[in-house]
This record gives sequence, structure tokens and C-alpha cells, in this order.
Amino acid sequence: MTQSQPIAASRSSYFSYFGFILLCFLSTASYADKDASSSNNIHIRSLAASCAACHGTNGNSRSITPVLAGLDAGYFATQMHAFKKGSRESTVMHHHATGINDEEISLLAEYFSQQKRATPFPLTPQTLREKP
Amino acid sequence: MSKRNQKTPAMFNRRRFIQAVGLGASSLLLPHQVLAMGKKHPLGHVVVIGGGYAGTTAAKYIRMWSAQNIAVTVIEQSPQFTSCPLSNLVLGGSKSINDLTFGYDAVQKNHGVNWVQDTVTAINPEAKKVTMKRGEISYDRLIIAPGVDLNYDTLPDLQSEAAQAQIPHAWKAGWQTVTLRKQLEAMPDGGVFLITIPMVPYRCPPGPYERICQVASYFKAHKPKSKIVVLDANPNIVSKRGLFSKVWQNEYKGIIDYKPDNAIVEIDVANKTVTTDFEKVKADVLNVIPPQRAGKPTQMADLLEPDYPWCEVDFLTYESKRVPNVHVIGDSVSAGLPKSAHMATSQARVCASAIVEVMHGRQPDQHPVFANTCYSFVDDERAMHVAKVYRYDPKKQVMVATEGGGLSAAPSAQEGKYANAWATNIWSDVLT
Repeated sequence: MTQSQPIAASRSSYFSYFGFILLCFLSTASYADKDASSSNNIHIRSLAASCAACHGTNGNSRSITPVLAGLDAGYFATQMHAFKKGSRESTVMHHHATGINDEEISLLAEYFSQQKRATPFPLTPQTLREKP
Repeated sequence: MSKRNQKTPAMFNRRRFIQAVGLGASSLLLPHQVLAMGKKHPLGHVVVIGGGYAGTTAAKYIRMWSAQNIAVTVIEQSPQFTSCPLSNLVLGGSKSINDLTFGYDAVQKNHGVNWVQDTVTAINPEAKKVTMKRGEISYDRLIIAPGVDLNYDTLPDLQSEAAQAQIPHAWKAGWQTVTLRKQLEAMPDGGVFLITIPMVPYRCPPGPYERICQVASYFKAHKPKSKIVVLDANPNIVSKRGLFSKVWQNEYKGIIDYKPDNAIVEIDVANKTVTTDFEKVKADVLNVIPPQRAGKPTQMADLLEPDYPWCEVDFLTYESKRVPNVHVIGDSVSAGLPKSAHMATSQARVCASAIVEVMHGRQPDQHPVFANTCYSFVDDERAMHVAKVYRYDPKKQVMVATEGGGLSAAPSAQEGKYANAWATNIWSDVLT
């Protein structure tokens, strides 16, 4: 896959203000990042993020599900293998752990051990606004 | 695209762009601020249509994973986010719609996402331009995440807002959910609640059956003479079949009359009467969940398959197979994947990751893997789940469920707590 052409203006006489401003700076931009992420990192980044629905962004849960951020990598891996084997009982986790291979468990363990523990940003419900 | 727009000079577009952004995004009112944004985002601009689970997640993660080097603008027509997951509990009476409604301000401020509250009216992939009611905007890559389009083509009498005030779908959480709850509260004991379920695929496969449990739970406690009639276009319960059947049999016996293979043929709005091939049923409260297709903006960009109203994508990037530089995520995607909120966010993150890599000139992940967890409440306290991991199959080029996923043994209060924890964390992940 190739880098897309910057902004629509290159294909038409039309310039949006935003597009124009972006173009001004694209000439100085570096497209090919010299520190290209490794394929393992990219792979595990989105898999780990998929855990966020139950365990919070980067493993910082704000409810009763365990915080994974900063968890010891060995402990994390041991628990995942225990869920997978059935030696640790669970309601849901065995259904996830069995779908994740051993290499991914190691990478996830490493990934979450490196995430900083953080207090999740507060989110307060609102009154549903009347229809206009 | 209107002729007027095709002929517009640059100045007009500049003014309209500033209008569009300024109307919705507090962070982008002044030209010097736009200038500053250009400086900070050398890799380009991604526009996201739709601020639901999928679209908002993609916006946030593109900002996070690009270290804010990609500008992201979300176009969303609603001023607030209202969650479909847990909205059936509003019908059961254990939650309020105001427990499920949130603002978009945190995700904008925390991640520098530009926000435009407007409705998309046209998409021009050739010019890489999106037109809205109050302006237009250009993109390098476009993500379309509009959810489903409720399709009333076969039920034209239900198309109008007035008709839906009488017979709501309540399949996009919001005021229709509130309306349906009020109708249930006003219904006399001994009345009939009639719900119709469309043929798959539709948003949230277990959703209709969870809804039946919620209304049954309410009737059992408050209106024990009342009945629920279910007209299901499908030949059987679509999701968590054994679990739902058992709950209906054991806990709501005598309340639920389930009729499979019973698609609506005709509807009499005034008399709240539904006709199928087999019978005619009159309701006191009628909830028609209509057939569904990919959301309207995907139709504007001509992304639907000719014979199938959903969008084919490359599952490594979620780029449309029909139009380059346009990605589709969430319920509009054509896939043998459940149209759930967790699935929408999982697709969004793979898409976000791929876009970040491609815009850096790098190859995206060639082996994406993600999880899906879906809880259903059977009353105000107990829930049950289906959970699976999906892995990209390079030969089939689709996401395939791995071995080992599965269902709860039975609904439980513990899983009810987990379901609420899931909601708390996914809302926080999407919206902050």
C-alpha cells in the first residue's frame, strides 16, 4: 500500500482553507518514519487495545475488572495460561484466553507491564437533551 | 453533489469550512488556530463520519498512536452519545436513559480531536471531500462509521417521525427508547406487547431477545396478566438460543408467545395491528424493529454491494473494496461478525492502527486479532455472555472466530456486575 496523496487540492482546483494550510507544511514533513514500529508491536497494540472494553484504555480499568496496566509480566502470563488450561476458574476470561496463542500471551504480558497506571479520566452521565 | 457546490470558488469553500468547523469544534474557531494545527499534523487529515462506538474509538486511537501527528475531525449529528448497550434496561425500568448518555467534550479535549456537529449530505471520493448541511471538509483518508440505516422500504407507513412516535423501533438508543418505556408504563395490565424481529443481519443479534426478557421482567413484577407476542422473521432465536429459551421457559412461563418464521407483511399503524403470512395480531404496545442496511453515508459514497446492502472491506485496513482511501467500520461492514459495540471498537482500533501505519509509509499488521464480548441482561440484575476471539485468515481474507470462545453456563448476578463493568470501561475508553 502506498502513501495517499495529500489532500484533495492535488486533484482539483479546489482548496479548502485547511487543505491549503496542510499543504504548506507537507513539504517539510517526513513520510517514512525512521523509527518504524516493529511488526510485533503493531500486532500487539491493537490486540491489547481490544481488551480495553473490559479492562480500560491501556489496561487502566475504572471498575471491578482487574487493572492490567503495570501488572508483572510473569504474573499476567501465568494467569492467562491458567485461564487457557482451565486451572483458574473464570466466567468469561477462559473464552478469550483460549483464542490467544502463547507468543501473543508473552507479548501482551510485556505490553501491559509497560503501561503506566493512571487514574482514568472522569466520565459523568448527562441528561438526554430534548429534541430540537 | 449539487451544481452549486461544483462551481464554488475557493473563497466560498474556505468560508464554509470555517463555518463547519467553527460551529461544532470549540478548538478550531480562528484561522491562526487552524494554522497551528497544520504545523502539528504533518502526516495529513483523517475525517471520521459518525461519533458512535466505532467512529469515536477510531478518532481517539489515531490521535494516540500517531502521537498526534495526524489531524482527525469527527462529523456527528447528535450533540450527545447515547449507548445502545444497556438501553434495553431502560425498557425493563432498572436504568434511565440519562445513565447511558454522555458528552463528547472529554475525547475532544484529551486527544485534540476536532468535532463538527452536522449532518453529511454528500461524499465525493474523487475530490476527497465531504459535504454537510453547513459546510464541507477535505480529507486524506475517510472513515465512515454510521451504524445501521433502519430500512422502512417494505414498511412505508412507518417511515415518518409521527408514525414512529406511535410505533417506535427504539433500535438506536435515545428518545424512542424513552417513548417505548412510557408506552409500556401506560399499558393496562392484561395488554399485549408485540415485538417484531427482522431477518439477520441486524445490529446486536441478541438484542431483541434481551429486550423480551426486560419487558417480561417488568410485566412479571408489575403487570402479571400482560403478554408478549414475538414475531420473528428468523427460523429460530438468533443468538444465545439455549440460554434465552431456558430463561423464558423457567422464569417467564406464560408471558412470552414466540412465533418464528413470522415476518411482517403488512402493518396498520392506526390500529397497531401486524399481518404476517400466518396471522394478524393486534397490540397495545407495538415495537417494530425494521430490516437494516449499511448507514446512509456509505450509500452516498456508493460503498454497498450491488446485491447485498452492506460494505465489503479489506480486513487488514477496513478500506472499502469499492472506493480507495475510504474505510468502513462497525455495523455497516459486511461480515460474518456480530454487529456489536465491542466488535465495532475492535474493528475501529485495527483500522486506526492500519491508517497510522499507512500514513507513516509503513505496512499495517498482517495478522490482526481481536476480541468480542457481548452481555445480555435477563432481568434487572443477572446477565449472560458470549465471548470470542477473532483472527485474520490470510487464505480466506476474513476474520474467523477461533476455537474456545463460548457462552455462559447460565445467567448470574456476577455476570451482571461484569456487564456493568464492561459498560463503564468501554464508555470510558471510547469517550475520554
